[in-house]
Amino acid sequence: MRFLKGTGRYTDDIKLPDMTHTAFVRSPYAHAKIQGVNTGAAREADGVVAVFTAEDGCGEYGVPCGWQVNFKNGDTMREPVHPLLAKGKVRYLGEAVAIVIAETLAQARDAAELVEVDYEELPAVTNPRDAMNAGAPSVHDQWDDNAAFDWCIGNDRTAVEEALKTAHHVTELKCRNQRLAPNAIEPRSYIADYDVNNDRYTLYSSTQNPHLIRLLLCAFVLGIPEHKVRVVSHDVGGGFGSKIFHYTEEALLTWVSKEIGRPVKWTADRSEAFLTDAHGRDHVIHAKMGFDKDGKILALLSDEYCAMGAYLSTFAPAIPTYLHGTLFQGVYTTPLIHLNVIAPFTHTVPVDAYRGAGRPEATYLLERILSKGAQEMQMDPAEIRFKNFIPPFDGVGQPGYQTQVALQYDSGNYVGALKKALEILGYEDFKKEQDKARKNGKLLGVGISTYIEGCGIAPSAVVGSLGARAGLYEVGHVRVQPTGKVNVYTGTHSHGQGHETVFAQFVADTLGIPMEDVQIVHGDTEQVAFGMGTYGSRSLAVGGTAILKSLDKVLEKGARIAAHKLEAAVADLEYAEGKWTVKGTDKSVSFGDVSLTAYVPHDYPEGLEPGLDFSSFYDPVNFTFPFGAHIAVVEVCKDTGKVDLKRFIACDDVGNVINPMIVDGQIHGGVAQGVGQALLEEVVYDEAGQMINGSYMDYALPRADDLPFFETSNTVTPCPHNPLGVKGAGEAGAIGSTPAVVNAVVNALAHLGVTDIQMPLTPQRVWKAMQN
Amino acid sequence: MKVSVTINGIRHTHDLEPRMSLVHFLRDILNLTGTHIGCDTSGCGACTVLLNGRAIKSCTILAIQTDDKEITTIEGLAPNGRMHTIQEAFRENHGLQCGFCTPGMVMTAADILKTNPTPSEKEIREGLKGNFCRCTGYHNIVKSIQHAAETLNQ
Repeated sequence: MRFLKGTGRYTDDIKLPDMTHTAFVRSPYAHAKIQGVNTGAAREADGVVAVFTAEDGCGEYGVPCGWQVNFKNGDTMREPVHPLLAKGKVRYLGEAVAIVIAETLAQARDAAELVEVDYEELPAVTNPRDAMNAGAPSVHDQWDDNAAFDWCIGNDRTAVEEALKTAHHVTELKCRNQRLAPNAIEPRSYIADYDVNNDRYTLYSSTQNPHLIRLLLCAFVLGIPEHKVRVVSHDVGGGFGSKIFHYTEEALLTWVSKEIGRPVKWTADRSEAFLTDAHGRDHVIHAKMGFDKDGKILALLSDEYCAMGAYLSTFAPAIPTYLHGTLFQGVYTTPLIHLNVIAPFTHTVPVDAYRGAGRPEATYLLERILSKGAQEMQMDPAEIRFKNFIPPFDGVGQPGYQTQVALQYDSGNYVGALKKALEILGYEDFKKEQDKARKNGKLLGVGISTYIEGCGIAPSAVVGSLGARAGLYEVGHVRVQPTGKVNVYTGTHSHGQGHETVFAQFVADTLGIPMEDVQIVHGDTEQVAFGMGTYGSRSLAVGGTAILKSLDKVLEKGARIAAHKLEAAVADLEYAEGKWTVKGTDKSVSFGDVSLTAYVPHDYPEGLEPGLDFSSFYDPVNFTFPFGAHIAVVEVCKDTGKVDLKRFIACDDVGNVINPMIVDGQIHGGVAQGVGQALLEEVVYDEAGQMINGSYMDYALPRADDLPFFETSNTVTPCPHNPLGVKGAGEAGAIGSTPAVVNAVVNALAHLGVTDIQMPLTPQRVWKAMQN
Repeated sequence: MKVSVTINGIRHTHDLEPRMSLVHFLRDILNLTGTHIGCDTSGCGACTVLLNGRAIKSCTILAIQTDDKEITTIEGLAPNGRMHTIQEAFRENHGLQCGFCTPGMVMTAADILKTNPTPSEKEIREGLKGNFCRCTGYHNIVKSIQHAAETLNQ
């Protein structure tokens, strides 16, 4: 409601008394030596409060990386210092060299132009494959090549190669899963406020995980005591992964605020967002899939170069490894799988999680190579999938499905999802329509993609053993007020996912009270005890379960109070519609009465503590595995190569659904981003490391008229290991949709001999493919 | 430079720096923070307001250019904290997620429906071309505007 009236409270909306404003001096080169920085004129300019460079000693340890992936030979991951301000060298376009603080934003920007930096430009490398060439420009001179680490997963490589040698047919796919800019419409924004009287810091941040930022900021970057820092993240205007990470600006502003003794604000402009928000994807891929004569998959091998950027962002090493390779089983029974990853530093902004994070890249590869294989073997793309699906299993009273790549799936019915999606499409009728269209010179195509993803991250012990430097449980705190109204404090964070609605809905349902009696609180380390934030489609599966655990405790204690009031045994009570009733009688006591008694304990069970207030930590026993089938129908203009997305059908299985409207909304947004990757989006760095499309005039974000209405539907296979039976819905759309669209375009042009086109499928690329 | 402009029905007179854009005037001077800045270059539409009843991007017009004109922002679309039909339609149809693009979307929708009370889906999508949303895939935004059109035409 507040968003519709313009009364939301995003970080940039906050004004503090005596607040100062900042402008950064950022590198115009991708790689250069800093010979000197002259800040004299800037310091003298109107309204300037202070100017700082790396020489001023801010956070010399830099911002840390939160996930360690070592080399295959056991060598430790290479982890360069990620400085708050560049020292000696700049390693990507837009890296901050100096910060100017002034009374107004305009004054800060004016003064920033007066800072003179003497650069000696050096050659740069931006493509992760090129970064591993002998003689490639070095990103960090202390190492003899650019690899941050290398890694592999799956079966023995030799066995996979043998199987490919003897396979009836081998399909090859060489492509680049291109670099994307996340483009939350709210740019990143921070305000740091140091309170000298109490020696306390408040950081207002547009972050997806305030507690994690506090931990990293305090324990690793600035060395300030955690109990002296409050991180507040009110309304956040979209994240899509890009606001998970601990950015240098957050730490720097916190440091500056103490130095100048005043609050200080920075909000990125859109150019800065393109240049400095962690990007997504950027894998260079060479994969092979082997089939028997019936189209059964025998083996999958992939070699990938996955860019890390100039420094290791918070979760960067996990993305092309544990969030990517572990999904190579897909929804198929492939018996032999091997993935090899080399993760080089490049002279670009860091790459990290972006909606789907590693899983869209895995799904794209699997779904493209499988459809390409079907095309080469002249098989129907639906039929080849039905031949290879893992059979349905519900995961109840049985182990899940053990993959070749470490994970054990919880429950799934992959056949069911595709059947339903094909029904909605009317597959057989479509094929006739397509034949007819071709005869009339129209290029109509259909693309299928059946995906799985790992969500609800994670069992902490498992991710710990895989290199995570954090636990990944969640915290849910339920505070029942004396009047029976309920405040719920969650460690997850809502930036468009509608937690305030969904969480309130299941809390109200569980307690049998009206939704308006429940308030959800998130995004403030001072109010919420702890939390790991929102990403990886984890909020309901992990955060919701933590809340549910606390609700159980509330009801258990409430039952003891109710039993006392009703002079009955706890075992004789039942709870429904907001009251405890003695079974088989009309004697009852309401939730509100029990709540009041808990806080006014005059007539009260002996030995029971007053109050009705519980906090729980929930650490999941496994990931959750949503899955589904996406189908795209496209028409390609034969004169221009422009792709028109005619229909998009999404049949997703996210387990139980609490609020269908919100789940649909998540799918819609994910699909739009996935279609954007397929058809429109790519961050392009040129040879010198200049970003040539860092603005909304140049970077093609999907617009309203690029997309149709989406036809969403679902199947329900509950998650067997969390009490809500939910799997997570935030990323599914972005994971399944991209290959569906590309498969559809290739299908439209298949009769012209087209077997693959590099994303994004711009009219120019499609037209060129048609001419060849 | 002196500027006198009516915003949400109230006359404001201020002495402003000539280079100040309208959106900064609204947000920084008048504390009308419902109008958002997503790009500062007319690309995203988060800053859309109505100038004499028509939608404009408030990031690319100087505050002083609005002298003697009438501005409506999201805060003033419906009087006294009530909800306009378009706002109601967005609420009912889940036409928003993170909310950041929402004020711009609603103001653009007001313009679309003012100039064309019975727009087709295609006309709505074309009308929204200047406004980015990264959350909804536009699906429920288009539905919301269709719904608002129906209600307004009843």
